[in-house]
Amino acid sequence: MSSDTGEFTRRDRAWHPPAFTPPYKTSVLRSPGKALVSLRQSIGERTGPVFGHGDLDPLDNDLIRNYITTGGEAIGERIIVHGRVVDEMGRPVKGSLVEVWQANAGGRYRHGNDRYLAPLDPNFGGCGRCVTDDDGRYFFRTIKPGPYPWMNHNSDWRPSHIHFSLFGNAFAQRLVTQMYFEGDPLIPLCPIIGTIRDKAAVDMLVAKLDMNEMVPFDSLVYRFDIVLRGRRSTFFENRPEGN
Amino acid sequence: MPVQYLKETPSQTGGPYVHIGCLPHFAGLNLRTQEKLHVLAGGGVPGEQIRIEGVVWDGSGHPLRDVMLELWQADGSGTYNAPGFRGWGRVGADPQTGLWGFETIRPGATPWVDGRPQAPHCSLLLFARGINIHLHTRIYFDDRPEANAADPALLSIELVNRRQTLIAARQAGGQGRSDVPTFRFDVHLQGDKETVFFDC
Ligand SMILES: [Fe+3]
Repeated sequence: MSSDTGEFTRRDRAWHPPAFTPPYKTSVLRSPGKALVSLRQSIGERTGPVFGHGDLDPLDNDLIRNYITTGGEAIGERIIVHGRVVDEMGRPVKGSLVEVWQANAGGRYRHGNDRYLAPLDPNFGGCGRCVTDDDGRYFFRTIKPGPYPWMNHNSDWRPSHIHFSLFGNAFAQRLVTQMYFEGDPLIPLCPIIGTIRDKAAVDMLVAKLDMNEMVPFDSLVYRFDIVLRGRRSTFFENRPEGN
Repeated sequence: MPVQYLKETPSQTGGPYVHIGCLPHFAGLNLRTQEKLHVLAGGGVPGEQIRIEGVVWDGSGHPLRDVMLELWQADGSGTYNAPGFRGWGRVGADPQTGLWGFETIRPGATPWVDGRPQAPHCSLLLFARGINIHLHTRIYFDDRPEANAADPALLSIELVNRRQTLIAARQAGGQGRSDVPTFRFDVHLQGDKETVFFDC
């Protein structure tokens, strides 16, 4: 939420993946066939739910320790992922809920529908969340997820990735995406990444190794900045009548 | 050369395991076991208790059994983010049937961009495997015909017969409590009955 009620910039639908992307087969029957209908943003699109630290548990952003069942910590390459959430004008997006989910180090999700033969890690759930601070910053600690095969074009392989969900401060800013890791050779082969047409857009999803922030003898660090839609300035606001 | 702004981070599908991050207990994790995000309002919130339920259908007529939906609405007086009522909910479709449902209160009228009232409605977002960028629609209520007929957003849908895809039907005997009015809202991703999805 915000007392600010300005309208957001238009979403660049050519930059986002289109709905119908046949190489990603599931999209074929799940993509609307008709054009989206343009909707003016009114109060419901310009506001959004408010999440505070009261909604969070202190371990919510520590995936190495938030699902310990047999003792010890999650197995895998220890990493910290951090970054800033800003809008298209570069302003920090504060108070945004950031939710993440991922496979374990072997590429297996803790989910009933995941039948991959890699084992579950009893001490890894793969679920985390945090809220951005006043400067738009967020961070969480986890293990690097493994790549995994999936049924698409026979066995396609997903590169290592972390799923992200962001709220921003308005429903118009809502975004779900995935973060990849710099240097992964599976990135150019992935049909889901391939739904995005512009290479520069794909690059925005690739986290960079951040050696300056590396935690000595503990964790590598990746930096992943996120851009949400920005509010337009309101210069001369006419109130159009009718539709 | 146009003025340069940052580009929005591109969307990617929520995938088949979206529940792990968004509804961990529903996904089978022993985390946030008390969370009931599909219940926006229990008995204590002022307003008319209602249930909204439905199924999301793909282009071949099969239910989406892995879809995750989010609801966003004003309170009974038309206020978003009202004290004591966040107005936001989230639910996963039933893994066998695809049925989903929210327990909430009927939203009040809210202003359109020019100040005219909008008919009571909820915003609904859909996230799922195979959906590359979330789909955005609205739920209106069929027992408010006058308000719907004057609703600026519905009127802005040029093809008149598509407006009805956004209107939930009050029905007898949903899966919820029998004393709570239940509205059925099925979403069709493709075909003759394709639901209106918005770009806003
Ligand atoms: Fe995944």
